[in-house]
Amino acid sequence: MTDHVLTYMVFFPVAGMLVVLLLPSDRHGLIRWTSAIFTVPPLLLGIWLYRNFDVTNPGLQFKEQVDWIPAYNIQYFVGIDGISISMVLLTALLSFLCIFASWGIDKGVKGYFALFLLLDAGMMGVFVALDFFLFYIFWEVMLLPMYFLIGIWGGPRREYAAIKFFLYTLFGSVLMLLAILALYFTSEPHTFDMTQLIARSGKYATTPLSMWPFDQLRWGFQHVVWMALFIGFAIKIPAFPFHTWLPDAHVEAPTAISVILAGVLLKMGTYGILRINYPMLPQATADLAYVFLAALGTWNIIYGALCAMAQKDFKKLVAYSSVSHMGYVMLGMASFTPQGISGAVLQMFNHGTITGMLFLMVGVIYDRAHHRDIEGFGGLASIMPLYTGVSALAIFASMGLPGLSGFISEVLVLLGSWQKYTILTVFAATGVILTAGYLLWTIQRVFLGAADEKYKMLPEITGRELFTMIPLGIIVIIVGVYPSVVLDLLRASLDQLNQIVIPHLS
Amino acid sequence: MDLGNLESLDYFYPEAILTGTILLVILLDLVLKNKKVPALLAFAGCGVSLWFTWKLYGASGGWLFHRMMVLDNFSLFFKLVALAATILVIWMSSASREIEQVHQGEYLAILLSSTLGMFFMASSTNLLMAYLSLEFVSITSYILTGFLPRNRRSSEAALKYLIYGGVASGAMIYGMSWIFGMTGSLDYAQINQALVLGQPNRLALFIALVFILAGFGYKIVFVPFHMWSPDVYQGAPTPVTAFLSVGSNAAGVAILVRFFFPALSHPAAGGDWQFISGVEWPQFLLVVSMVTMTLGNLSALNQQNVKRMLAYSGIAHAGYILMGLVVLNNEGLQAVLFYIVVYLIMNLGAFLVVVVVANATGKEDIDVYRGLAWRGAAVPAVAMAIFLFSLTGLPPLAGFIGKFFLFAAVIKQEFYLLAVVAVVNSVISLYYYARVVKVMFLDFPEPADGEVQMNAGAAVMLGLLSAMTLLFGIYWGPLVAFTNQSLRFFVK
Repeated sequence: MTDHVLTYMVFFPVAGMLVVLLLPSDRHGLIRWTSAIFTVPPLLLGIWLYRNFDVTNPGLQFKEQVDWIPAYNIQYFVGIDGISISMVLLTALLSFLCIFASWGIDKGVKGYFALFLLLDAGMMGVFVALDFFLFYIFWEVMLLPMYFLIGIWGGPRREYAAIKFFLYTLFGSVLMLLAILALYFTSEPHTFDMTQLIARSGKYATTPLSMWPFDQLRWGFQHVVWMALFIGFAIKIPAFPFHTWLPDAHVEAPTAISVILAGVLLKMGTYGILRINYPMLPQATADLAYVFLAALGTWNIIYGALCAMAQKDFKKLVAYSSVSHMGYVMLGMASFTPQGISGAVLQMFNHGTITGMLFLMVGVIYDRAHHRDIEGFGGLASIMPLYTGVSALAIFASMGLPGLSGFISEVLVLLGSWQKYTILTVFAATGVILTAGYLLWTIQRVFLGAADEKYKMLPEITGRELFTMIPLGIIVIIVGVYPSVVLDLLRASLDQLNQIVIPHLS
Repeated sequence: MDLGNLESLDYFYPEAILTGTILLVILLDLVLKNKKVPALLAFAGCGVSLWFTWKLYGASGGWLFHRMMVLDNFSLFFKLVALAATILVIWMSSASREIEQVHQGEYLAILLSSTLGMFFMASSTNLLMAYLSLEFVSITSYILTGFLPRNRRSSEAALKYLIYGGVASGAMIYGMSWIFGMTGSLDYAQINQALVLGQPNRLALFIALVFILAGFGYKIVFVPFHMWSPDVYQGAPTPVTAFLSVGSNAAGVAILVRFFFPALSHPAAGGDWQFISGVEWPQFLLVVSMVTMTLGNLSALNQQNVKRMLAYSGIAHAGYILMGLVVLNNEGLQAVLFYIVVYLIMNLGAFLVVVVVANATGKEDIDVYRGLAWRGAAVPAVAMAIFLFSLTGLPPLAGFIGKFFLFAAVIKQEFYLLAVVAVVNSVISLYYYARVVKVMFLDFPEPADGEVQMNAGAAVMLGLLSAMTLLFGIYWGPLVAFTNQSLRFFVK
């Protein structure tokens, strides 16, 4: 059993999908419970992984390697290290909770849960795949269910949002495919094995080209491939200027899908950069990190926060806050310091849990009031005190209040980046203030003040809704007080990753 | 091995069986009144022919009929493809309302004749034979296109096809006469010899090649010889459209490869080819490839008719296929063969769904697909989504692997611009393919939209094709091995 734990985690949901497809389509309860049951084993296996993960080992653990198409050196190769384990745990947890957040879906129930489980498998696969080909397949497998989940079960402009998401992501991923092929053909003998490609990372040409406007930048094969991969990942992050699909997708997607989008999908972008760009193309990473990760990340932080401030739609506000918070990840990654880079990965994890809570929170109120207009609410604290309490926790965590998880990761990122990019860090830190500004203002507009007459009758948050939010809340507090529960997992692998890139820094 | 007429007959069973089947179909159709018999007979004849073709596969190879035709794995591969397409199209025809109205015996006899022509196209090694076989396929295609009685669109399409085809073959035979004038021979191997030894005039050779490409290009449907295809695809009965889109396309590729590789190039070390003289025809194909895929995809964006959209998408796919010919090595050729098989599966699948929907609604507009998934036709809708996403090239579907090999071949030879253009095109193509998917799944049916039913035969075929699309997306090793083996040309 334990030999194939990652395979089980990926393929349990697939089995679940097949079972759901065989169920009669009018037995909604049965379909829901079946889907829920099939997301439990990955979660339990995730806990088992967490307990058995060797934190002192920076290398890959729980590896499985089988030939798949030997003629092209394609393998079924999965494994995890400190970079992926937090994402695997996050995926398992959010998939489980989101099944319950999807309980209210009553149209095309069978299709919804089948696609959801497929999405789950695709996400899990991306985080465990160590063969490039396999990675790409999982990356794309996730696209199709997402398209349908937004397109069929989404809001009024769902078709537009779904196709925009689809086209953007496909554009990024086909560029990624070209980069993958380029790496494949420059390796001798040709291989898709990521560990092999990393081991051979030193040999790519970095011929300087004087026509490039920045003198300190060298521009060669490595840089071109880096950019192709980066664009693919930046679209997922989403980094400015590729972020415009995100607010649309978020606003139109059903609540659970918004949670998955923000909680897991966005992480694939930054995960890809850490997993692929950093170790495989270290010279290009060292050369390009300043412009494309640090500066762009800082811009993301400020721009996202300003956009969030201007939003009238609650969900759009949360969506733009994601753009802003993912900026910290980019900035932290680019610092190449132990604090910065572990802050970045911790931020990926924290953002997943916190934004998950925020979207669930918006979902709760939308289910009751059928709108998300921030100005339309007010005084909810007196009507739904319990709901307000949980929401406040989520909002404060997102704001980066000390004692909650968001604080730790942001501080680590800023500490790390200060050592390398002082001025950028100053700008980035203003993002913290802007974030506090728009979130506090939101609390004031939605929860405080006198209660609106027409909302007096809104029912309090239900047990099921609490069940989806409370586990995340607990994690937010635990990580906030004792961040080592996550940081210990990451440290060894991230240090090793840093050691690959640092020698290339000029 | 250089065989005369009589000895060649030993290697001529597949064609002979097809010919016999054609005659039998015509005869039996005169005698029997049962409509089902000719179809079953044609089906069986193709099956037997397939078996004999398969038995020849892997034979040592040689010239047949005084060097008019050749026997090698490459030609047998295309014969197998042509037979597979024919068998599936006969199957599809039996499920089609359109074809029910026409005279079965004539229809099947002409369909099989077209297949026979494709056989000759795949193995001709003499310009005269190439011309004759191409015309054979063309003329039968014109008839098939205009097969619907009293249907103006069908007749118009046939006429258009005929006129374009006539001009293209005129240009082609003109180009062939230049080649004959320069080399003094119609035989591919002798042309090759003459071009290697003598120093042909570059300009003259270039002009000749462009004219010949007009003829081949019109069969494969690449720009600028594509104008006929949207009208013909839309006007022809749907099974015929499906047949044209995969069968004559593949045969066109066969004849082009046979002429441009063994005749105009010579094999170099390590599976590479070298073109003969100063005429850089791969560069020419490179430009044609990029223009073809871009134009096809852009034109497909606004189509309201599914068949027309698939016609433009077919043009785009011809552009993708050309990518594999630009790189001038066996890897590229292998990618082309692989893509042809995959394209056959997914495109026939898509057309079968068109047949199913047209049977129920009588129309082929995208509008009639509205809410298809919710109109009791979830299976065809899901299958259509699989075929369309596979045509886009999304994993884990066969179309992705097809494109993967093409991209891989192109990138390995460092044609980065071509790869980027192809990639951008894939994204564009998603837009119009996804539009059909959107209409089927995301739009909800209106009360006026009826249920869509399909018969058992269509359901089985649909299941088979979509299972293959999925299977070759996950495990394609055997298919690659097969295409690899099929790259054995008989050249001497």
